[in-house]
Amino acid sequence: MIEARELTKRHGRTTAVNALSFTVRPGVVTGFLGPNGAGKTTTLRMALGLNEPTRGSVTIGGRPFRERPRGLRHVGALLDAGDVQGGRSALAHLSALARSNAVPRRRVSEVLEEVGLASAARRRVGGFSLGMKQRLGIAAALLGDPPVLLFDEPLNGLDPEGVLWVRGLLRRLAAEGRTVFVSSHLMSEMEHTADRLVVIGRGELIASESLAEFAARGTRRSVAVRTSDPAALAAVVAAEGGVMEREDDGSYTVTGLGADRVSELAFERRVLLHEVTARSSSLEQAFMELTADSAEYRTGESR
Amino acid sequence: MSTTTPAAAEPRARFGDLLAAEWIKMRSLRSSYAVLAAGALVPIGICVNSARSNVHLIERSANPDQRTAIDPLHAAFVPEAFQILMVVAAVVGAATIFGEYAGGMIRTTFAAVPARRSVVAAKVVVVAAVMLAYGAVVATASFGVTQAIYDSVRIGLPVTAPGAFRAVAGSALLAPVAALVGMALGALVRNAAGTVVAIVGVLLLLPRLFEGETYRWVKEIGNAMPVSAWTALVENPARSLQPEGPVRWVSRYPVTVTEAWIVFGAWALVAVAVAVAAVRRRDV
Repeated sequence: MIEARELTKRHGRTTAVNALSFTVRPGVVTGFLGPNGAGKTTTLRMALGLNEPTRGSVTIGGRPFRERPRGLRHVGALLDAGDVQGGRSALAHLSALARSNAVPRRRVSEVLEEVGLASAARRRVGGFSLGMKQRLGIAAALLGDPPVLLFDEPLNGLDPEGVLWVRGLLRRLAAEGRTVFVSSHLMSEMEHTADRLVVIGRGELIASESLAEFAARGTRRSVAVRTSDPAALAAVVAAEGGVMEREDDGSYTVTGLGADRVSELAFERRVLLHEVTARSSSLEQAFMELTADSAEYRTGESR
Repeated sequence: MSTTTPAAAEPRARFGDLLAAEWIKMRSLRSSYAVLAAGALVPIGICVNSARSNVHLIERSANPDQRTAIDPLHAAFVPEAFQILMVVAAVVGAATIFGEYAGGMIRTTFAAVPARRSVVAAKVVVVAAVMLAYGAVVATASFGVTQAIYDSVRIGLPVTAPGAFRAVAGSALLAPVAALVGMALGALVRNAAGTVVAIVGVLLLLPRLFEGETYRWVKEIGNAMPVSAWTALVENPARSLQPEGPVRWVSRYPVTVTEAWIVFGAWALVAVAVAVAAVRRRDV
């Protein structure tokens, strides 16, 4: 369980993270979404005690992470695949980390095997591709068999097979009852991976809810209509506060009214409809819309 | 991956594990070996060369006094050679810190071990131990080989000669002291180029600014530099007491041996304190 309370980070006059409050629960994959520069990495660094919050707090398992003398058994983290020293072999890198936390040596070969780097264990990390470094970072996060996992953009640099593998891994870790918090700036990455979302923009919370709830927030719900009497329908739609626009294919798009209301109006006025299709906005649309101007869509008190 | 219970049985956090981890880190970087090998061969080579040319000088000289004019301890501890040792030790020490900051490894380290002071302390112990071994090898080899060369003209000193062991010990300790200073500068500057400049500035150039004896305080500051302390420790007491010895420039405000040891200790302690303080609260 990760809990952020009024978490704030300022660098001089710029505010990277502002009064951010959210809870990440165990057992599900929680996506941490926001456009580039939204403050995701800063938030994760504060959670790991690497950056000191200006105000507020963030706890993992009920305690600030920095209070723990050793971290690997509490939190596994992959912040940046480049956070390694290139001159060292993968084996030496993981061995040093394991040793510092009294994690048994055999665990090093286990995680190397698990991420598919066993054959590259003795090669210098500096010669690794980004995808291999991501796998090494994931191996390091798994070393301590921790109940909480933080991943900052783990899909970066992975090939399609690697992406599938990470998705499967994240879901499995969550299914094992762990807290899995994964950041991304692409909704498409999270759509098939996360169960819940924490969405931020300009350092502020936009949403902290399930994927379905988030998708429902998109305001650009529309209804596609085909009718023999567009003029009559347009008039009643306009009277109800909706907008009807002609599309290139001869159909019409109604916004501002639901499909049920459009059908009702057509029925009452005896306008023949050939087609009525409700189009819900996609997660991607909801995300773009809500993060386009985060200040405008700021949520009020969360919890 | 089988347990779902959070951190079932966490072993007690032991400092020894951090020492072992830092030791793995140090010996797994191939660059450490190359730098230390070169850093050992160059100073020893300089001293050996100095002894050999002095032996040639004695052998070719018609003047029988030439032999007594040469201080055999001086060739074992040529200042330039040990300035190189000092810089090498400082850079290796600093690299254990800036090497982690430069690429972001420090974040991986602190996410694994949030107790930052313990991490720095473990680095300090490992670096000091490795550097003491490095300094001891260079000082012992330099003394042993140069005195063996001098034995051919019967002026070689045994390590039991007055001041000889002190000179070896002082030179051996110069390496860990310089390495700790390097670590402190590495923690403050946090990048390779800047740290190397800072090391050369503090260890080599700064003492040069405080050499004058016109004002006592200027010289006293100069006396408090590691390089001045080392110079006092490798002084051959037999030579400086010899009234008819070669004409020497004698300082009005010399560094005593006791002061020299205190200077070594103080620089080491302050360096450790600076390194810990610089790393402890700063965002990484």
